[in-house]
Amino acid sequence: MSTSALYNDQGGAEAAVEAGQESTPTSSGTGAAFGLFSTDFKKNEDLKEMLESNKESLKLEAMKRIVGLIAKGKNSSELFPAVVKNVASKNIELKKLVYVYLVRYAEEQQDLALLSISTFQRALKDPNQFIRASALRVLSSIRVPIIVPIMMLAIKEAAADLSPYVRKTSAHAIQKLYSLDPDQKEQLIEVIEKLLKDKSTLVAGSVVMAFEEVCPDRIDLIHKNYRKLCNLLVDVEEWGQVVIISMLTRYARTQFTSPWTEGATFDENNEKTFYDSDSEEKKEQTEAKPYIMDPDHRLLLRNTKPLLQSRNTAVVMSVAQLYWHLAPKHEVNIVTKSLVRLLRSHREVQFIVLQNIATMSIQRKGMFEPFMKSFYVRSTDATHIKTLKLEILTNLANEANISTILREFQTYVKSQDKAFAAATIQAIGRCATNISEVTDTCLNGLVLLLSNRDETVVAESVVVIKKLLQTQPTQHSEIIKHMAKLFDNITVPMARASILWLMGEYCERVPKIAPDVLRKMAKTFTAEEDIVKLQIVNLAAKLYLTNSKQTKLLTQYILNLGKYDQNYDIRDRTRFIRQLIVPNEKSGALNKYARRILLAPKPAPVLESAFKDRDRFQLGTLSHSINSKATGYQELSDWPAVAPDQSVRNVEVIEPVRNPSSSHTPYHSFTSYLSNCQFYHQNETSSDSESEEESSEESEKTSTDSGKSSSGSENSSSESESEQKKKKKTKKAPQKKSKPTHHLSSLMVAVQVILTNSSDHSLEEIHIGERSPAGLNIHCFNTIERLEPEASVTVSMGIDFSDSTQAANFQLCTKENQFSVSIQPAVGELLMPSTMTEQDFTKEQGKLLGMNETSATITMATANTSSQAISKQVLSVANVGVVSSSQNNFHRFAGRTVSSGALVLVSLELKESSSALLTINTEKSVMASMLLRDLKQALTQA
Amino acid sequence: MIHSLFLVNASGDIFLEKHWKSVVSRSVCDYFFEAQERATEPENVPPVIPTPHHYLISVLRHRIYFVAVIQSEVPPLFVIEFLHRVVDTFQDYFGVCTEAAIKDNVVVVYELLEEMLDNGFPLATESNILKELIKPPTILRTMVNTITGSTNVGEQLPTGQLSVVPWRRTGVKYTNNEAYFDVVEEIDAIIDKSGSTITAEIQGVIDACVKLTGMPDLTLSFMNPRLLDDVSFHPCVRFKRWEAERILSFIPPDGNFRLLSYHVSSQNLVAIPVYVKHNITFREGSSQGRFDLTLGPKQTMGKAVESVLVSSQLPRGVLNANLNPSQGTYTFDPVTKMLSWDVGKINPQKLPSLKGTMSLQAGASKPDENPSINIQFKIQQMAISGLKVNRLDMYGEKYKPFKGIKYMTKAGKFQVRT
Repeated sequence: MSTSALYNDQGGAEAAVEAGQESTPTSSGTGAAFGLFSTDFKKNEDLKEMLESNKESLKLEAMKRIVGLIAKGKNSSELFPAVVKNVASKNIELKKLVYVYLVRYAEEQQDLALLSISTFQRALKDPNQFIRASALRVLSSIRVPIIVPIMMLAIKEAAADLSPYVRKTSAHAIQKLYSLDPDQKEQLIEVIEKLLKDKSTLVAGSVVMAFEEVCPDRIDLIHKNYRKLCNLLVDVEEWGQVVIISMLTRYARTQFTSPWTEGATFDENNEKTFYDSDSEEKKEQTEAKPYIMDPDHRLLLRNTKPLLQSRNTAVVMSVAQLYWHLAPKHEVNIVTKSLVRLLRSHREVQFIVLQNIATMSIQRKGMFEPFMKSFYVRSTDATHIKTLKLEILTNLANEANISTILREFQTYVKSQDKAFAAATIQAIGRCATNISEVTDTCLNGLVLLLSNRDETVVAESVVVIKKLLQTQPTQHSEIIKHMAKLFDNITVPMARASILWLMGEYCERVPKIAPDVLRKMAKTFTAEEDIVKLQIVNLAAKLYLTNSKQTKLLTQYILNLGKYDQNYDIRDRTRFIRQLIVPNEKSGALNKYARRILLAPKPAPVLESAFKDRDRFQLGTLSHSINSKATGYQELSDWPAVAPDQSVRNVEVIEPVRNPSSSHTPYHSFTSYLSNCQFYHQNETSSDSESEEESSEESEKTSTDSGKSSSGSENSSSESESEQKKKKKTKKAPQKKSKPTHHLSSLMVAVQVILTNSSDHSLEEIHIGERSPAGLNIHCFNTIERLEPEASVTVSMGIDFSDSTQAANFQLCTKENQFSVSIQPAVGELLMPSTMTEQDFTKEQGKLLGMNETSATITMATANTSSQAISKQVLSVANVGVVSSSQNNFHRFAGRTVSSGALVLVSLELKESSSALLTINTEKSVMASMLLRDLKQALTQA
Repeated sequence: MIHSLFLVNASGDIFLEKHWKSVVSRSVCDYFFEAQERATEPENVPPVIPTPHHYLISVLRHRIYFVAVIQSEVPPLFVIEFLHRVVDTFQDYFGVCTEAAIKDNVVVVYELLEEMLDNGFPLATESNILKELIKPPTILRTMVNTITGSTNVGEQLPTGQLSVVPWRRTGVKYTNNEAYFDVVEEIDAIIDKSGSTITAEIQGVIDACVKLTGMPDLTLSFMNPRLLDDVSFHPCVRFKRWEAERILSFIPPDGNFRLLSYHVSSQNLVAIPVYVKHNITFREGSSQGRFDLTLGPKQTMGKAVESVLVSSQLPRGVLNANLNPSQGTYTFDPVTKMLSWDVGKINPQKLPSLKGTMSLQAGASKPDENPSINIQFKIQQMAISGLKVNRLDMYGEKYKPFKGIKYMTKAGKFQVRT
């Protein structure tokens, strides 16, 4: 095929496509449907040919056009066999487009889709992580039930992949598989559980999403990961943040006790702030039950706060709702500014944020009052934005600002947007009922509006005035009279009806006017609208009962007119009223009660916010936005009365980076006390168990006294009486544990410090001060605002020891005091495990001979001769990884120094009669000798 | 999360659809069309529409509705924010985000949407990452691709995806290393009839265009950081340093991005750079109305007020306007009743004015509200809040970059009530 011919061909096809899309075939006049069908058919034939050609560019061209068809929603499923052949194409773009097609149509062509599966299975093993991930993505997107087992397998494998990107993809795949086959739930939960432990920030958001979708009720899976999630949160990508925050909100509501003081729950608080907010505080004081926030609860609040500065509006909103639902009352205010900032964003964002502010402002006026002016309406706002702003302004109104708000409302009433003007009048009505000082002002203002030229405004005013008068009818006969005067000029039926109703209801207050109005109405009765007629009949009946002398004839006349009205409702009503009020022999007992029936005191309508009951939904949710429960909405539970066991979260699993070959994970922990740093090595065989060393009072004392400290800490010199006293008062017992690396910098050793305040008063602003040596690189923990007595807090910090065992000294400062802390690492802690094969090990070892080799012959304790015991002992001393060995008498371990990444290779050759040759190969000869000494000690001891 | 996406144009046609889970019939959009019909203005379509089985969340940008179909509970802002990100990405890729541009690049659009969401959950929304995955179409590249058969689609996982700085691509190289920062402030204000300010606030952004080789680490400090009351950052900014030292320290993304947006504390008095003298009257019983408008500068610190544009929605009763501008041109659309006057630059010696008469519908009563006036303007080389950048330093790379900082003040929602 020549090039020119090819172009022509394409051109023709393009034209055909064009024609097909516009469904106006120009070629034939046989009718649109036929024409469309034929071009469609022809076009696809042509595409098929292109796909089957052996030219890559032609195939690509065809696929691009097919994607165009899919985008337009046109069916191209009959091309499936031709397309699916190209799934294994080398051309990456072509392959991607085939994926797009496959995902779109696989559901409809299940059998044919199976042809592609083997390609994906192969790709899942590809060395390129990108290919692996995209294969899993497509495989899991093909909604074909028959491949569920294959998907399950792929997900499980991917969840253990080395690449965090692939693991992330597997978290997404979990949700897809779940929606395809909910029966897999149990197995999927296992994968989720595993992925929740993942430390990568890339995975965190996706797996929590999967958790929310598959098993949102399995709160127990979160416990162990709670602190990690809190700490990772800032580094997670923004979309993941939203999901994690909303999940943690729910979690916190089940695990912590309410930070809102007793008796100050939402509803009550609402009532109170209305009248006097002071009483609440008083109550708080009298109740001598101090609330101490769970440190984990505080951790969540503290770690989410910086996210208020996010550029992503969804993140800001989710933090705001977290504070609203979880923070102590006085802390919620910090979200205000950020929410107001969001009002600058797009119209749709404004809409959602305003909805949430509306709900918030009902309960907590104080939060938004300083920003009242941000809610002023501009004429360019969309109508729904305007009404929401109006709603908020009404909620914010109080005695102090009402005059400003009313002045603003006056401008709105004149707005050209009449629907908005009407809404403003309603808002004025609400202000008037809520704030008794301005009721009269509002009423007068509304009465003025009665002479407005616009009918909707007048009608709305009458309706609102009617409601207002109903709430306090005593002193307003003047207004009723005024309305009666205006009556002739008012044409809107609803308004006329409202005035008539008012006349009837309060006819005894306007005894002279009411009958006159009735007289006028009798004249115009036939020309009135139906609702007005009904009210005329009502008015007549009421007047008949109260003032029959003057109105008897008029009433008779009106009832007669009503009897022959065209509308059956009015005829019906007329008959009913006649029987009720006019006594005759048939009317019986009801007649006596007519007055009580018609003129019964009626309850005043309540004017309240439309957002009043929205707080039953969690803020920021879809359900809140549409004010009804959306599918999949998770209720926010009430605070538990008693907090569930806190220790469930107490797990700090420390795993070396990845070490599939080692049967157990080494776990190093060292404990030190404030003044005297000493490391207690603990042997942990199980990675899960927690090593909590109870710090007894005694040990602290001894540690203060002991001069063993090599770090020369401040108190080893003579201490004055008073200092010593102070010291005791503010005694803290830090416990430090090391993780191989700190998550922020791979050069640092992570140190976990548990600070316990064993003094009797709380310590504030605990932070790290000066450090020495001066260049010491420490990643500090965030300042701890406050540590209550007996409370403890776990913080993690990173220290770059630069591969030396020199102690790191720094000042631990509180608000009043400073303590110098010295941390001296054991040499084994400066390592991190490294994975390698036996071959690699021997190869590397070959490079590190001579100067770099240190060895010693040792006599092993008999208990340590089994290979398991050896691993255990070695791993307890040094943070290295086990290298699988083919020889029984050879044990090899490999690690790297944390700072410089130099290899450290440990090998142990067992000889006869429990003697063994211990060899260490590394560039760091100082380290080697120290490590050798430690290992020797560990292995020779029983 | 997000199930499907439909793009709907102004005339109510669906011109693109994309499904991330099972296919949702496009008939679901009928509910949207209903709401569209009910709304008087395009902006009045509610962003969230519940339907019996789905929820529709839509945004309107460039006269295109982006309608997302949701099946279960999800924070609505999540979807809205994402949709806006999609629009931003399209704009970034195609220069404009119009129906024509999307239709022309439908394959790239599809590839982008495929990468941005997986199973309805956002996967890659960072423009630097997307550009590594799918190269933006340029004329040159299209030509090269046609000849060599290469593609726009990257074969490797973008490095950013895995690194600690996901917003920056690696291996960036420029011959001219430059970093430009634009400090743009907008004044939002409502001025009442008598000329006094009802509310005024300043919102600012710092937009950056950074073209630097390698992995530069920048710090930007202000002379008066205290002015900034409420800030939101691009994820690259180190929050801790801002908290502690009030310094912006960051590894920038490559290309254009918004570094910071801020709000100037409301305690500070806002200088209003223009004033308006107006006299718009309608007389009862007469079919004529008078229109008289004069603009003048104030508190501009000697800088010229440029690109002034005045617009006003006149009352419905106005049939036509016969006005005489002292400078610039004016148009009046008798259908929408929108009056707009392109003033240009304000000359303090000779203040621009627009005078004349409006003819009203005969017999109609006098409109009860005077129209409010919206004003747009620009002032170059000045940040109205007085914010000043102190210095910009670069660490981590050896070369000397060219640095530039520009200030500008604009009118945001600047409205004068008459």
